[in-house]
Amino acid sequence: MNLNELSIVEAGERLRSGATSASQILESVLERASHTEAQLHAYLTIDRERARESAARADADFADGIDKGPLQGIPFAVKDNLCTRGVETTASSQILAGYVPPYDATVVNKLKDGGAVIVGKTNLDEFAMGSSTENSAYGASYNPWDIGRIPGGSSGGSAAAVSAGSAIGALGSDTGGSIRQPAALTGIVGIKPTYGTVSRYGLIAFASSLDQIGPLSKSVEDAALTLEAIWGYDPLDATSYAGEYPDPLADLGKGVEGLKLGVVKELAGDGYEPAVEEAVADMEQKLAMAGAEVIEVSLPTFDIALSAYYLIAPAEASANLARFDGIRYGHRASGATTEALMARSRAEGFGPEVTRRILLGTYALSAGYYDAFYGQAQRVRSAIREDFARAYQQVDALVSPTSPTVAFAAGERTQNPLSMYLSDICTIPSNLAGHPALSLPIGLDADGLPIGFQIMAPALGETTLFRVAAEVERLAGFTARPRIEMVAS
Amino acid sequence: MPIDIDIAHVARLSRLDLSEEELESYRTQLGVILDHAAKVQELEGEPTQESEHPLGFVNAFRPDERRPSLDRSEVLEQAPESENGYFVVPPALETE
Repeated sequence: MNLNELSIVEAGERLRSGATSASQILESVLERASHTEAQLHAYLTIDRERARESAARADADFADGIDKGPLQGIPFAVKDNLCTRGVETTASSQILAGYVPPYDATVVNKLKDGGAVIVGKTNLDEFAMGSSTENSAYGASYNPWDIGRIPGGSSGGSAAAVSAGSAIGALGSDTGGSIRQPAALTGIVGIKPTYGTVSRYGLIAFASSLDQIGPLSKSVEDAALTLEAIWGYDPLDATSYAGEYPDPLADLGKGVEGLKLGVVKELAGDGYEPAVEEAVADMEQKLAMAGAEVIEVSLPTFDIALSAYYLIAPAEASANLARFDGIRYGHRASGATTEALMARSRAEGFGPEVTRRILLGTYALSAGYYDAFYGQAQRVRSAIREDFARAYQQVDALVSPTSPTVAFAAGERTQNPLSMYLSDICTIPSNLAGHPALSLPIGLDADGLPIGFQIMAPALGETTLFRVAAEVERLAGFTARPRIEMVAS
Repeated sequence: MPIDIDIAHVARLSRLDLSEEELESYRTQLGVILDHAAKVQELEGEPTQESEHPLGFVNAFRPDERRPSLDRSEVLEQAPESENGYFVVPPALETE
């Protein structure tokens, strides 16, 4: 086995036994990236020099008996909407071309404090707006399972890197499914934690009431270890949770005996590929055989969740992206007045999907339309929370597909924004409620493309979420690896 | 019937200097998306609570203490144009 194929847990064992060094693992990951990047374009920036320095530091620490935790010496990829001090951060937008942040995001600090080795910055849909990573101003990313297909999005670069082995772990952000959907489409594990548990300080904001940072990993245990390292109260984020945190590792391996799981009735039917529905139904049956009580539950508001999301998220985006004005940072066009300068800089700097969402959000918030659109969407959001609350009186966790389809072909949905938005239909409700949800691979379709299974839990329900996920992982026995050819770049 | 939008007004509010062709194309696309988004009006009944932080937070306060900010010169290095510690902009008001 090549070192780049190790999980965090496996690499950690070898690092602590002295069987291998952090520098050797990093070189293996860099070597892999040098072969895969020409086809995948998972990274926007690979920072070999700094990565080699931090791997050497991790090795020196191991030699001195200093152990900063499970991420020490592990090569990580970081989505390019997370600020990294001294390393270009663009959020895949022209408007931030050349922007070098003067500070680190809290999660980046936490990775560094934990001794992780940051390999580079990964590609995303511009400002995390998209479901295929095709909306990047720097070119699309592709799926390691079939390079004619997209890796999902918006954290498609992070997902492709972990899946292909050009990183051992990664961070992404999830506003409507942007960690879980790409994880599903590339055959890896991705989790969006409870809103407020991972600091958003230094995350370039898209929709602040929905955005959450989380891990993309090769295994459920890796995801739990990464989450433990990055979450926690942060005074720099006013929505940060200051209470007691659940233990994601506490119930791993306990199985599902005695748990009640709800199959969401609304997340099936029209638009769902038969292979996805069959794999999910098969897993539900296995969970029942393993001792869970599996029942069907109905959450009727899920049918209008997508509509509410496409008003709330653009509304918040239109406000958040007002900061890109060509004055304090980023792209600047010339203009005779300040307003002309701003309007021209923004028109030149933003791509079509970002422009579309700013216009949509501005319209939804504008006088005369506010109550019918934004106000009503907020009422739907409350109703979704109430639907979830009713369901969680009956069951411990909910299950569904992560995405209605497997990875789709590059270019297939770029001309029809609405068809692209529909890829997030299963993931959006958890963002609107602020609840944690996780995706993991359960099998392949006839074309050899991964199928994702989603588990949802109530706020701060991560212990149960990971307990169920670990059992699904065991029952699925998913060991397939992507078939990307190694082509020297 | 797609929803009709005064797209030039929305673009002005958004501070986006778009061409006539771009405006027309976004007007059509937004009509289709808003048509779908209007499904929020199908909500039956009223939720009992307003939307709030999922963990029930109302507000967050911190002690009003002095602490160091980011280094000014480092921040200004990212600005397209700066002078004497300030951002430079064209005139904000029209003059005679």
